[in-house]
Amino acid sequence: MEFIRKLKKHTKVSFLNYGIVIAFYFAVQIMAVTGHLSNSLKGQLIPIVSYVIVALALNLVVGISGELSLGHAGFMSVGAFSGVVVSMSVADSIPNPGLRLVIAILVGAALAGVAGVVIGIPVLRLNGDYLAIVTLAFGEIIKNVMNCLYVGVDGKGIHVSFKDTASLGMAADGKILINGPMGATGITKLSTFMAGTILLVIVLVIIQNLVNSRTGLAIMAIRDNRIAAEASGVPVTKHKLIAFVTSAAIAGAAGALYALNYSTIAPKKFDFNTSILILVFVVLGGIGNMTGTIIAAALLTMLPELLRKFADYRMLIYAIVLILVMIATNNEKIRSFIRGIGKSAKKEDGANE
Amino acid sequence: MSKEQKDAVLTTSHLGIDFGGLTAVDEFNISIAPTEIKGLIGPNGAGKTTIFNMLTGVYRPSRGTITLNGKDTKNMSPVQVNHAGIARTFQNIRLFDKLTVEENVKIGLHENVKYGMFSGILRLPSYWKEEKRSHERALELLDIFGMADEADVRADSLPYGAQRRLEIVRALATDPKLLLLDEPAAGMNPSETEELMKNIRKIRDDFKIAVMLIEHDMNLVMGICENIVVVNFGKIIAEGTPEMIQNDARVIEAYLGGKKEED
Repeated sequence: MEFIRKLKKHTKVSFLNYGIVIAFYFAVQIMAVTGHLSNSLKGQLIPIVSYVIVALALNLVVGISGELSLGHAGFMSVGAFSGVVVSMSVADSIPNPGLRLVIAILVGAALAGVAGVVIGIPVLRLNGDYLAIVTLAFGEIIKNVMNCLYVGVDGKGIHVSFKDTASLGMAADGKILINGPMGATGITKLSTFMAGTILLVIVLVIIQNLVNSRTGLAIMAIRDNRIAAEASGVPVTKHKLIAFVTSAAIAGAAGALYALNYSTIAPKKFDFNTSILILVFVVLGGIGNMTGTIIAAALLTMLPELLRKFADYRMLIYAIVLILVMIATNNEKIRSFIRGIGKSAKKEDGANE
Repeated sequence: MSKEQKDAVLTTSHLGIDFGGLTAVDEFNISIAPTEIKGLIGPNGAGKTTIFNMLTGVYRPSRGTITLNGKDTKNMSPVQVNHAGIARTFQNIRLFDKLTVEENVKIGLHENVKYGMFSGILRLPSYWKEEKRSHERALELLDIFGMADEADVRADSLPYGAQRRLEIVRALATDPKLLLLDEPAAGMNPSETEELMKNIRKIRDDFKIAVMLIEHDMNLVMGICENIVVVNFGKIIAEGTPEMIQNDARVIEAYLGGKKEED
């Protein structure tokens, strides 16, 4: 106990988050063993983990760096399709599915990171609403580029075209990996819940350790007061770019995990609605609050499925739940009630403090 | 160049800036000795903060030169100027509101803390070593103003006077050669101002740095400044020791208003 009390507040929060993720993993495993895991929930596990990861990534930009991005589905898309292409084109040379998944996630993250640099350098010169609008536009651009992207692989390597499948000029043994608006088809499912959980823990380590380091402090200082940060010798663009690119790369990794859970995935999956959905997770979970983001993203991904028995009314109920949560988390009385619970818990374990 | 200018930590010559057709500052020539406390005073709108903004790279001067320790800083960005050795505080307090007092000081130590982003993420030994060092250094600096007890308090919950002091500590943390204070005593009561005067002197003596301050509190200015520069309408109208300034006819006229000059 003495050890726990000595820890800093943010260290406690970090370990709480690891605990939540690991507890969720084991809860699901226990449910699976005892036969309480419904098929619909089972199918949702990887989407849940993917959305939690993307929401955490977006919170790094929105909450820590203080910039509004409305294009994170675009980075997911880049990660998803590059991950699919890589995993399928190395299928023969690397038979181990686990290793292929790791490679797909790494490549997805790397390419989304590159997209983050390309977009971030011009965009991060803007502030506030302008930045939001430009990221929105970039999200749409990525979606539309993916919509007319054709990729195939044959003995000679990877072919890319923006016209149609015929212009890929494939050999007879070739296989089409991405077929324009149809997206990627015939994907070998590689993602597993365990791999997703491991990725989520790694992402949490990266984000939380980044935030609680000198770099994260600089990012938050720029958010709080850009002019003072510059006058204190903190380079602004560099740190904004670090936050943005890290976030984009993590979103790409989540995209790869997400796509490799399905046999087909279309570019229109990663549209503006998805970007907004991710933003909803962050806003409801609490801007800058990683614990809240994890819980909000997981619950809100499950919610439409849980409401399935209400059939036609489920989206209506979903909207009402969103509004109620928003009212509840912005209500001073409810907030102080929640704080009160936290305080009394603290008193119990640290009476001599 | 005279010997005095050669030894100076900062010299400016013919410094000036125009905003559109308006000349805000013109022919601003000063030289600050390495451990001098210099006052910059003048009526409201005289261009004092504009001068600070030029010296710190916020505004790019239209003409003239700024030399800091032999280096030309005229075309540097605010970040580069800070690294070159000028730190400042702001007239309207600019703290990192949502960070704690200690974290605010750690931002000042940013350049001084040597570990990279990846050491931070992977928590390599350099992270622990450097974080420990910066934590200790931050508390040491906060102790100058007796603020070490408030290290974990959020900056925006500090009282006004303490926020001003924290800004000074943060500026000091960047290890400057020259500290620019923009109205450090604004909003402070007489006893706080008294305390501040002592501390400014102590900072100068302990850190062996030069201080230039803008201030309207004449007790403070006359009490601690060794030299005072008076500006009005963007130009220096007088320069000298507090006694000289107090008896200078042009200064009295600038502050109190006098009969119109026919020129």
